[in-house]
Amino acid sequence: MDLSQIDPILLITSIMVVSTPLLFAAIGEMVVEKAGVLNLGVEGMMIVGAIAGFAIAVESGSVIIGFVGAAVGGAILSLVFGILTQVFLANQVPAGLALTLFGLGLSALIGQPYAGIRPPQSTTLDVPLLSDLPVLGPILFQHDAMVYLSLFLVTATWWVLKHTKTGLIIKAVGENHEAAHALGYKVVKIRLLAIMFGGACAGLGGAYLSLIRVPQWTEGMTAGAGWIALAIVVFASWRPERVLLGAYLFGGIGALQLRLQAAGANIPVEYLSMSPYIVTIVVLVLISARKSNAGTAAPASLGKMFHATN
Amino acid sequence: MLTLEKRAQPSRAWSLMTPILAVVLTMIAGGIMFALLGKAPLEAIRTIFWDPIFGEFSFYYRPQILIKAGPLILIAIGLSLGFRAGIWNIGAEGQYIMGAIFGAGVGLAFYPADLWFIFPLMVLAGALGGILWAMIPALLKTKFGTNEILVSLMLVYVAEHILSAVSFGALRNPDGHGFPGSRNFQQYEAASNPEIIAGSGMHWGVITAFIAVIGAYILLNRHILGYQIRLTGQAPRAARFAGVRPNLLITFCLGASGALAGLAGLFEVAGPAGQISIDFNSGYGFTAIIVAFLGRLHPFGILLAGLLMALTYVGGDIAQSNLGLPAAAIQAFQGMLLFFLLGMDMLTNFRVRLKQAEAV
Repeated sequence: MDLSQIDPILLITSIMVVSTPLLFAAIGEMVVEKAGVLNLGVEGMMIVGAIAGFAIAVESGSVIIGFVGAAVGGAILSLVFGILTQVFLANQVPAGLALTLFGLGLSALIGQPYAGIRPPQSTTLDVPLLSDLPVLGPILFQHDAMVYLSLFLVTATWWVLKHTKTGLIIKAVGENHEAAHALGYKVVKIRLLAIMFGGACAGLGGAYLSLIRVPQWTEGMTAGAGWIALAIVVFASWRPERVLLGAYLFGGIGALQLRLQAAGANIPVEYLSMSPYIVTIVVLVLISARKSNAGTAAPASLGKMFHATN
Repeated sequence: MLTLEKRAQPSRAWSLMTPILAVVLTMIAGGIMFALLGKAPLEAIRTIFWDPIFGEFSFYYRPQILIKAGPLILIAIGLSLGFRAGIWNIGAEGQYIMGAIFGAGVGLAFYPADLWFIFPLMVLAGALGGILWAMIPALLKTKFGTNEILVSLMLVYVAEHILSAVSFGALRNPDGHGFPGSRNFQQYEAASNPEIIAGSGMHWGVITAFIAVIGAYILLNRHILGYQIRLTGQAPRAARFAGVRPNLLITFCLGASGALAGLAGLFEVAGPAGQISIDFNSGYGFTAIIVAFLGRLHPFGILLAGLLMALTYVGGDIAQSNLGLPAAAIQAFQGMLLFFLLGMDMLTNFRVRLKQAEAV
């Protein structure tokens, strides 16, 4: 193996690309969990977003319309989960699993005619002078718009949660839904909106995979990214800035193992490919081991059912 | 206005009715989906639910139902124990794969010996493989409080990569001209899991599934551990006062579901699948989650649910070849079933009352 074949600048830019789907899905799911809802259907919403975005981009010839379609598709699917858990009061764990199983089937169904097609080309940022800077140019100024949108979304989420009344309401609903209800907030409505935001974000993440990162549609192409996004939220202790860190860390492992494969490392491909999943487990263990002494940062009403009696 | 009123006790009648209602609703929604795909909805539903049992070629399809129901029931029985106690093992697919690899590894190690104890030893190894894989989330949960949902799921992907590594490497058939995949167990009598009565579909895995159903029923109704599982599910706080040790329960539930999933994997690989190959697993570990809920986490319910879900697989295959219905349609159909099931559950736990809107 020749490690010098791994160009550090190229590695950093590829980390940003590999991490972006995770970042979208994780920041969305974090907001959902902040509102007290555990949606395990991220994988399903991502894969539906991936095919919805891909199909709409191919049919319309526009990547932007594709992304909009992916966000709408993810949000619609998440609404199924929202209605099941918030209106029909179903247990959130199996309902989330159902969303994933259904999403995988539905996406494969929709995706059949789209296998092997190339999506329309997306453009990357090209600022005169800045994009040509030696190290900073490729890292900061040569990405596609979605990379910047994902970073903007993290900042906006941080700001909304920390500095606005909306943020306070979301957190109140997630920490103590009885109290929030008593104060007159519409718990179910707020949660439904949060769930749809999460679905739209997961949809964007999925579409980023199929439209920009790969770019192609293959069945089951999310390959656990949605589950890793869930792990990132735990890793981040439900804080947006740490979601960013977590997504880039996990994405970094993915990008690094791909580079190692390409550089012809002496480790069988299978073992390199399983490394992101193993690292996820290790990180989860480290986080939970630390948390058992310091109390948990999870929203207090996370995963609990809310049924207004009056 | 419609309002919901929590029932003091879940309704028994609705508890039995909801799975049936959910199936009917799924048929209707599925019919609409098939119509959107441009297939005649009634014909598709008939092909999936009627033809495998009563159709012209049912003599061929009926055994297929048993073959597919066996692993589904076996895995779902194990999962249901944990699900009842709020322990979510959703990585049965991984335990299924590891059971198959362990069991097949033992069998291939003896090749070409012809000894009576090879197959029993493989069965033990299969269960052990599943248990070991399930002990990872169990141990991490009991020692560090790590979320078992995410760990068990991540391990599915790890197991899939191990499966592909051994099909290209350690377990590859040396006489296979370089093709990935192990020797075929159907040609190695001492290690194979054949049909016990020819043409019935009945193999050791199906028999084990029936035994597991009865075993789980006895465990839940006649044994202190089963009582503790039910108690933990219904009243976690009361369970702690009653002296339930949560760690023991976590280890037992994950271990039992791992063992059963591992067994299912071994029986599949030594029987219907025939060999270890990159994609011998077909998602039974995930479908079994639906089976467990459709059966209302009750052993006999799971037996019926497993048969019904196997029917949709077999019927789906027929619809695929006769009507050109995509294979993925069945997967979406099964997911839809779980949606309706969870939604209908409300009727079991709540009473729907018509109430006048109060004047404010």
